[in-house]
Amino acid sequence: MSLRDNPLGELKVPLAWGGAVALIVAVIAAAALLLSDRRETFKAEAYGVSRKASDTVLAPVGDVLSTPGRWIGTGVGYVGDYFGAASENHDLKVQLKQMRAWRDEAIALRSENARFRTLLGLKTDPPIPMVAARIVTDSHGPFADTRLANSGSEHGVKVGNPVMSENGLVGRVIGVTDGASRILLLTDIASRTPVMIDRTNARAILTGDGGPNPRLDYLRGRDPIREGDRVLTSGDGGVLPRGLPVGVAVKGLDGRWRVVLASDRAPIDYVQIMLFQDFTQVVNLKEVSQTPTPPPTPGPGIKPVEPEAAPAGPKTDAIGAAIAKTPAPAAQAAPTPPAAKPPLAKLPVAKLPTTPGAKPQGKPDASKPTAAKPDAKADGAKAASKPTAPKSDAAKPAAGPAKPKPKTPPATDGGAA
Amino acid sequence: MSAMRGLQPWRWIGVPMLQALVATVLFGVPLMAFGLQIPQPIFPMALAFAWAVIRPSILAPFAVLLLGLFLDVFWGGPLGLWALCLLIAYGVAFAGRSMMAGQSRLILCGWYGLATATAMVAGYLFVLLDSRSAPGPVAIAWQFVATIVLYPFSQRLIDLFEDADVRFR
Repeated sequence: MSLRDNPLGELKVPLAWGGAVALIVAVIAAAALLLSDRRETFKAEAYGVSRKASDTVLAPVGDVLSTPGRWIGTGVGYVGDYFGAASENHDLKVQLKQMRAWRDEAIALRSENARFRTLLGLKTDPPIPMVAARIVTDSHGPFADTRLANSGSEHGVKVGNPVMSENGLVGRVIGVTDGASRILLLTDIASRTPVMIDRTNARAILTGDGGPNPRLDYLRGRDPIREGDRVLTSGDGGVLPRGLPVGVAVKGLDGRWRVVLASDRAPIDYVQIMLFQDFTQVVNLKEVSQTPTPPPTPGPGIKPVEPEAAPAGPKTDAIGAAIAKTPAPAAQAAPTPPAAKPPLAKLPVAKLPTTPGAKPQGKPDASKPTAAKPDAKADGAKAASKPTAPKSDAAKPAAGPAKPKPKTPPATDGGAA
Repeated sequence: MSAMRGLQPWRWIGVPMLQALVATVLFGVPLMAFGLQIPQPIFPMALAFAWAVIRPSILAPFAVLLLGLFLDVFWGGPLGLWALCLLIAYGVAFAGRSMMAGQSRLILCGWYGLATATAMVAGYLFVLLDSRSAPGPVAIAWQFVATIVLYPFSQRLIDLFEDADVRFR
């Protein structure tokens, strides 16, 4: 049968138009999906069923596929260790000598810190439970930098949990399903991390751009940063714990400050997911929300209208009394400039404590006045000026033994040092 | 009818699609060699270009859409981003297929580079609008180079199926 006789031969133009229409329909579908996507939010439901299902399937597949690579890496490492044992032994001895001095100083500081905490009555964070996981798939494109870890909701992992490698912060969890967690790396274009410069306490936002070195945005202050400064998480906003090592500051080729990530020092094959609950999860929100809002201050010559049922009357008065007891704002708004710390850029970041739970959430700043004690008669004032540290069951972290640390300083040798 | 028999959808769309998926998963394995990560080219780009050149089709755009959605889910990016970028690349090749007819491989390679570049620029703009932050141009350039290298696969697919349907020679 010739082409002319073929009835489908006349379909050339309709097929071309059909293809174009199909293309337009597909483009509209893709655009709609893109507009409705909210992967970077902290809401677990934003991750979507399709992503959860695919992660559940991909995690074991990636695990199997990455096994030969792990074996090869282990073998190469074994051979390298064998041939490099002598030089490594020499280096380790030098490092050990340096670390002994740091150990003595750390013991002394720990003891001193514990006494200060006792004196000031500071509430320290409880230890943060962690879950170990293996990275099974990896993406490092310009528009997405995520990894899939083979540990998920069955271990209590939640959206927003920080993820650490042995060297530093890697990112945070943006999606969880049974047996897998999707980790948004610090380098991802959607990643924003509140950080601080260790030397000056200057704050910044670490912004990923798809490249290996995320940039520091919104740096404030005069000379807030220098080449080689250590960058840590600031804990601002309560999303991440304070003091997690992030990396070292460098000046980029584009003239902007960037961070060489501490986690890039070695392949990220195993990670620890910190089951950290941020402030909004820990605080007793029910109790806080019950605090009555004071009525607006009436203007001059306007008689305030008394509400019919005003159970909050004495409470608001008590709040006013509590506010009146607080020191003048001028005293609060005069923070002492942070003392310049000795440059620690040469120190390896890995030597930082990786258990931020041992660190206090806030520095004991003597310049800041303590919260005014409320009147004992006023319940409302109690609620208003209550310390943020929770006491109820709802306030405790759900996963893990969240026992507060003893306030008495431990009897260590460092006390005498 | 033999010409139609030579261009079964599973042969020129289904099988290459599976191959691209497998290649993407394999290159998603976390491996580092000499401190460097293995590159992550966009394997479906080769298919999107080749399918548009071979012949107009109703199935091909939806196959490109599926491949893009798979990339988004697998790489953890915004859902629909790569689907849209690949469809734009497909559209560029589709619009220029009459100009590509009878051209040399070098010209076709240039068109492939143009389609890839258009997709990357579109991705850059979409991400810029979505996250209000500009992606790093170096990272985009690396992925562009890694994807351009895949042109021989696209050419191979074109050579296999270009003459399979006599209506679109």
